Amino acid sequence: MIALVQIEGLRIVARGEDGAEFPIVHDVSLSVAAGEVLALIGESGSGKTTIALAMLGYARAGCRIAAGAITVAGQRLDGLGEPALRALRGRTVAYVAQSAAAAFNPALPIMAQVIEPALIHGVMTRPAAEAKARALFAKLALPDPDHVGDRYPHQVSGGQLQRLMAAMALMTDPALVIFDEPTTALDVTTQIEVLMAFKAVVRDLGTTAVYVSHDLPVVAQIADRIVVLRHGAVQEEGTTQAILHAPAHEYSQALVAAAAPRAPAPPVDLPALDVGEPPLLELRQVVAGYGRVDGDGLPATRIVDAIDLKILRGQVVGVIGESGCGKSTLARVVAGLHPPASGYVNLCGVPLSGAVATRTRDQLRRIQLVFQSADTALNPANSVAQALGRPLTFFHGLRGRALRAEVARLLDLVRLPAALAERLPGELSGGQKQRVNLARALAARPELLLCDEVTSALDPVVAEQVLDLLIELRRELGLAYMFITHDLNIVRAIADEVIVLKGGQIVEQAPGAALSAPPHHPYTELLMASVPSLRCGWLEDAAAVIGTRAARR
Amino acid sequence: MSISLAPRRPRRFAISCIVGAVLVLFWIGVAAIGPLFAPHDVGAVVDLDVFSPASRAFPLGTDYLGRDMLSRVLSAARYTVAIAFVATTLAAGAGVLLGLAAAAGGWLDLLLSRVFDTIIAIPSLMLGLVVIASLGASIPVLIGTLALIYTPGAFRTARALALNVNALDFVTVARARGERLPYIVVREILPNVCGPLLADFGLRFVFVVLLLSGLSFLGLGVQPPYADLGALVRENIAGLGFGAWAVLFPALAIASLTIGVNLVIDALPKRGRA
Repeated sequence: MIALVQIEGLRIVARGEDGAEFPIVHDVSLSVAAGEVLALIGESGSGKTTIALAMLGYARAGCRIAAGAITVAGQRLDGLGEPALRALRGRTVAYVAQSAAAAFNPALPIMAQVIEPALIHGVMTRPAAEAKARALFAKLALPDPDHVGDRYPHQVSGGQLQRLMAAMALMTDPALVIFDEPTTALDVTTQIEVLMAFKAVVRDLGTTAVYVSHDLPVVAQIADRIVVLRHGAVQEEGTTQAILHAPAHEYSQALVAAAAPRAPAPPVDLPALDVGEPPLLELRQVVAGYGRVDGDGLPATRIVDAIDLKILRGQVVGVIGESGCGKSTLARVVAGLHPPASGYVNLCGVPLSGAVATRTRDQLRRIQLVFQSADTALNPANSVAQALGRPLTFFHGLRGRALRAEVARLLDLVRLPAALAERLPGELSGGQKQRVNLARALAARPELLLCDEVTSALDPVVAEQVLDLLIELRRELGLAYMFITHDLNIVRAIADEVIVLKGGQIVEQAPGAALSAPPHHPYTELLMASVPSLRCGWLEDAAAVIGTRAARR
Repeated sequence: MSISLAPRRPRRFAISCIVGAVLVLFWIGVAAIGPLFAPHDVGAVVDLDVFSPASRAFPLGTDYLGRDMLSRVLSAARYTVAIAFVATTLAAGAGVLLGLAAAAGGWLDLLLSRVFDTIIAIPSLMLGLVVIASLGASIPVLIGTLALIYTPGAFRTARALALNVNALDFVTVARARGERLPYIVVREILPNVCGPLLADFGLRFVFVVLLLSGLSFLGLGVQPPYADLGALVRENIAGLGFGAWAVLFPALAIASLTIGVNLVIDALPKRGRA
């Protein structure tokens, strides 16, 4: 095989705040054969996107390609000037970004943007380009391929926009297409449609592609060969089969283990209920939403619609559904951030008022909220000690030495070294931030934790560790969780009971263990099929489930 | 193509900070004790020649009436530095506090935004004219008027910056914990908008100096024979045609003062979001 892409001894450096340069990619060598799909996989900060961008001759602001030879389709990219690189980009090498929504100009119709690379490089006339674009739309299984180009970016869905971006990249028949986490921002079910479209088009056109992702099961569906990266260096390289079934390197093994379905949670004995003791949290016919309120006192747009739910002391209830199903709003209602339009929220039999301002401090203390993104959930200007200290002072009046001791205890509880207390959030890794986020909620000594997608923004191996921590904390502290996620694998591992939400309504409610056995509501079935699985052929099976659902509609 | 550029940036950064600090300290020193060293009375006509160049007797020359420029600059610096600093601080303080509180939303935001929109709609020089003409020209009225004119701008900037921070999860967490508005504004939001607000302070300081000179020109600012730096430029502007020194020195003084303030602010350690 002739290597289409050849990278030798690539070294990329970044400039720190103090002006000193430090390497972020060390001595990476790899090659991609013509017609091959190579996956670059690794956690955030592993240098996977940096390496992929280097194949465009591009280094992000503050970074520099310091050494190494990059050859794409027989042309050396390193040392080329900007004009020469511009002639190459979008023609020889094309790029599909993670967020198509941010990559399209909202003020121009889609067709004008999709054919732009062909016109800029002068490879086609406008009518020919438009005809080719329509053919590509059809190949990418876009609905109404003849007219979708007339629409504006906000008039199509996120999954469709991602496919349109792929069409843009393929316009000029580039020698190499770089897919940079193209499905990471999508819902699980949408991800399957997009992946199927990508796979088909790459196969039919014989495109050479580099696929960047942190998600091993996704990569396994589309890549011929996988390069495992960590800390800017290649850890292991091999065919997809070899990496999946016989990972040699320790880190590859951890990746494979993290992607494997987790064993169902061993049952936890709930604390015995006293006679007549009400559930810790009880929701009765809760309705919440936005917009004009009608004659019955119900809002025009109901995001949460007539939900009944009980969480017992120490119980973990998983809430699953796709984005927009109302699961986060449900947590906000319980936390008092979104007053319900009707219905009751009871804490230990006592009705809670709808808004934070009118709840007692003790009620606020007993329910704590943990957000998905620790990046925005921690104030970047406050140190870890300040973040953890505030709830301790606020709820328990701790100060001085007692406060410091408690902060240290909390850090220990979430398995972080005490030395981290004086750091700012910007100096922590993603996993550490999420642990601090968790510790802040625990500082209040709550009885119920509302966990909103707490592991979704983390790298798989780190997410796995945080999940283990949550399970341990539950045992140690007897906490109850409302565990909100789109990932059935996680719910299976932690929840005693599972609720499936769709359009703000509960479509299925079952004990966690029962999830592995049918029968299910068709929507639950769909969600289960959509969870990426390591085996080859999962994608086709999942697409089949989606297909039957679409046919049924 | 090696790392030779690396250490240069921080040093240049430090120099601009030192230059700024020296300039600001110099002008504060002049404002505090400068008039004590004035060789002549501010209003006294001491030279028969007008617009005379620098000489041993008059180190900065004389103005359009033959008054000693050194004495006038020393006195004017005191007025400009004091009035501009106090007025800008008042405007920024009030505007930022109200802006941050308004960003939390609700009726307060509605009320404050409309009130400040109304103030902004009135041309600032006219607003100053009306207020000072009705209350009489005195230093406290002057400071209050300048602060009033520049508060809406500070309010809008602070509100816009705070709206972005307000939407972040850590503010929601604080709200869910039951924190009151003052804590959320001062502890959660303010530290994350400090950098841009300080830069805004520097710009506003320059505007206040200019508006002050405008008001003085109309006879509503510092009352003759005293003058502020801007007024010194304006009253001697006729000398520009003969290359009179009398225009040059107050202009240089304004430039070095405002540049100094902005250099110091640029060099302050930036906290908050990267």
